Amino acid sequence: MKGLFSYLIFPGFLFSAFIGLIAGWLDRKITARIQWRKGPPWYQNFLDILKLLGKETIIPEGTSALTFIFSPFFGFLSAVLATTILGRSIIFPREGFLGDLIVVLYLLMIPVISIIIGASASHNPLASLGASREMKMALGYELFFLFCVSVVIIKTNGAIQLGSIINHQMSFKSNIFSFSGFLAFLLLVLFYLPAKLGFVPFDAPEAEQEIIAGTMIEYSGLGLAIFKLTKAILLYTMPVLLIVLFLGKDLSALFLILKYLAILLTVIIIKNTNPRLRIDQVLRLFWGPVGILAFLAVILAGLGY
Amino acid sequence: MSHKVIIPIGPYHPLQEEPEFFRLYVEGERVVDIDIVIGYNHRGIEELSEHKHFDQVAFLVERICGICSTSHPFAYVNAMEDLAKIEVPERALYIRTIIAEMERIHSHLLWLGLAGHFIGYNTVWMWAWRYREPILDCFEMICGNRNHYAMMKIGGVRRDIEEQHISFLKKTLDEIAKAVDMFKGAIMDDPVIKARLKGIGVLTKKQAIEWSVVGPTARASGVNIDVRRDDPYGAYDRVSWNVIVEKDGDIFAKTKVRILELYESISIIRQCLDKLPKGEIEAVVKEIPSGEGIGRVEAPRGECFHYVRSDGTNRPIRHKVRAPSYMNVASNKVSAVGGTISDAAITLAAVDPCYCCTERVAVIDKSTDKKIMNGWQLIELSQKKTEIIKKIFSKNK
Repeated sequence: MKGLFSYLIFPGFLFSAFIGLIAGWLDRKITARIQWRKGPPWYQNFLDILKLLGKETIIPEGTSALTFIFSPFFGFLSAVLATTILGRSIIFPREGFLGDLIVVLYLLMIPVISIIIGASASHNPLASLGASREMKMALGYELFFLFCVSVVIIKTNGAIQLGSIINHQMSFKSNIFSFSGFLAFLLLVLFYLPAKLGFVPFDAPEAEQEIIAGTMIEYSGLGLAIFKLTKAILLYTMPVLLIVLFLGKDLSALFLILKYLAILLTVIIIKNTNPRLRIDQVLRLFWGPVGILAFLAVILAGLGY
Repeated sequence: MSHKVIIPIGPYHPLQEEPEFFRLYVEGERVVDIDIVIGYNHRGIEELSEHKHFDQVAFLVERICGICSTSHPFAYVNAMEDLAKIEVPERALYIRTIIAEMERIHSHLLWLGLAGHFIGYNTVWMWAWRYREPILDCFEMICGNRNHYAMMKIGGVRRDIEEQHISFLKKTLDEIAKAVDMFKGAIMDDPVIKARLKGIGVLTKKQAIEWSVVGPTARASGVNIDVRRDDPYGAYDRVSWNVIVEKDGDIFAKTKVRILELYESISIIRQCLDKLPKGEIEAVVKEIPSGEGIGRVEAPRGECFHYVRSDGTNRPIRHKVRAPSYMNVASNKVSAVGGTISDAAITLAAVDPCYCCTERVAVIDKSTDKKIMNGWQLIELSQKKTEIIKKIFSKNK
C-alpha cells in the first residue's frame, strides 16, 4: 500500500508530473518573454494533456499495432519508477537498496528506447529518420554521462546507493566543490540535460522544420499524451538526479527548489540562444571534446582533485 | 548502402508556408537527388492583367506577392513608362526609391527571421520580426497600409512623403541600424551558427551562372550583378551605394550579403531623404500608345522583370512577369544535393523563396461565441491606429 502510494502519488507519478508540467510551463513562459511574446497561462500544459486524452488515437496502416500502442507506456512506467526511487531516497536516505543508482540509470534509459521502438513501429520514413537520430543521440550522450556519474562514485568512496551518496555529501561537502566534480557537473548541465530532454540545440530527433516532429509524427491522442507526460516527468527527474549527485549537501525543500530552478533556467537559456545542431555534429561534439573532458574528470577524480 | 527513401517537403510542410513540393531522395541522412515541383500557387495573373485597364494592373501586380509588393508594380510602371516614353518627375523617382528600399529592409529582416526559425533558432526569428515592425509602421504612416502600399502609378506616385514624416522615418532608420548591428554581431560571430551555415548548400560561381540565379543568391556566389547599378531606374544613379558581393556561395555568405545590404538600404534611404527635391509627384498621362516596354527592378530576391505590350487600347494585350524566385528555386537542384536533410531544410529556404499570404480575420468572444469584430471593423481599427501614429509624429516634429 505504501509502495503504491509512493509510486502513484508522492513522490511518484502525480507529484512529478505536476512539477514537470509546471516546469514545462516555466520553459514556455520564459522562452516567450525572451522572444517578445506573451506566453501561455500556467495551466496550459495541463490543458494540453487533457485535450490529447480526449482525442482519437489513430493507428497508421501497416504498423505493428501492439508495439505502437504499448511503447509509450513502457517508457512512461519506467520514468515514474525511476522518479519514485529517486524521490524516496531524498526523503528517506537510509531506506534505499544497494545499487539503486544503477537501477535508476537503467530506468532512465528506457524512455529513449521506448521512443525509438514506437517511432520505428510507426511505419513512416520521417519517424524512422527521427528514430535513427534519437539512437545516435543516445549513443552520444550516454557515454559521457556514465563517465560523469563515475566521478560521483569515485568521490563518494564507491557508493552506488543514492542514499549513501547523499549522506556522504551531507557529512563532508557537495561533490561539485571539487575540480573534477565541477567539471562533470558543468558538462552534464550544458550538454547532457538539453540532449536528454530534447531541447535545442540537441533536438535533431524531433526537428520540427526538417522532419516534422520526427519520432512523434504518427502519434496522436493517448499515445502522444503519454509521451508528453514522460517528457514532463523527465524534466523534473533529470535535474533532481543531478542535484542529488552533485549538490547533495543541503536538500531541504527551499534549497532543492532554488537549485532546481537554477538548473532549469540554465537549460532554458541555452535553448534560446542556440540554433539546432546537425546530428553528425552532435556525435562529433559528444564523442570528441565533451567525452574527452568527461574522461579527464574521471582521471582527476581518481587522483583526488 | 544504396537504400533510397523519399522524404517529402511539401506541398504542405512546416518548413515553408507556401505550397511548394520538394521530393528529397535520401540515403540515410544524405540527400542524393531532389525533385522540385512548383505551380501550386498559380493564379493566372498574366491573363487577368490582360482584362484590366492599365491603371488597375498596378494594383493587380501588387498582389502577386505580399512581401515584394512594391517590386512588381515598380517594374510594371517602369515598363509602362518605357512603352509610353513618360518623363517622371524627379521627386517621384526619389519617393519610389525610398519605398523600394524600405521594402528591401523589411523583406531581408523577414528572411533573417525565417532562416533562424529553419535552423531551430526561434529567438532570432522573433527578434528579427520584432525589429521589422517599426518599418511596417513607417509604411502605414506614409501610405496607410502595412503591406500593399499602392504607391506606384504610371507617371509617378500616389502619395507624397510629407515634411513631417521625414524626421520619424529617420528616427526609425536609426533604430533599425542599431538592431542590424546587433544581428550582425549575434549571427556572424556565433560559432554554432557558423557550424550550421558555413560550407553548406554551396552554389559555386560557375553553377550560379549556369543556373542563371539572380539577386542576393547570385551575389553570394561571387556574381556581381544588380539591376539597380547595371540598368539604373528610380533615383539609384543619383545616390552612392555599394553592391555587396561575397565569394563563398554558401548559406553563411547569403546571410552576410543580406545583412550587409540592410546597411546599404538604410544609407540609400537617408541620402534620398536628404536630397528629396521639391515639385510634382506625378506626370499627367493621357494616352498609352501602341508598342512594347520592359521594366526591370532589383526586388529583395533579385531581378524582377515585366514586359507589357499595348495595341493602343486601354488594356495590355500581353503582360509577362518573371519573378526572381523562378530562377532561384531551380538552383536548389545543385545546392541542396549532397548535404544532409538538416542542411537541405535551410538550403531550400536560403534562396528566400517568395510567398504571399492573404487572410481574413474574425475576432470571436470566447465565452459567448459571438463575433465581436469582422473585416470592416478591423479596417476601422487599423485606420484608428494610423491616426494614432500620425498624432505621434505630429507631436515629434
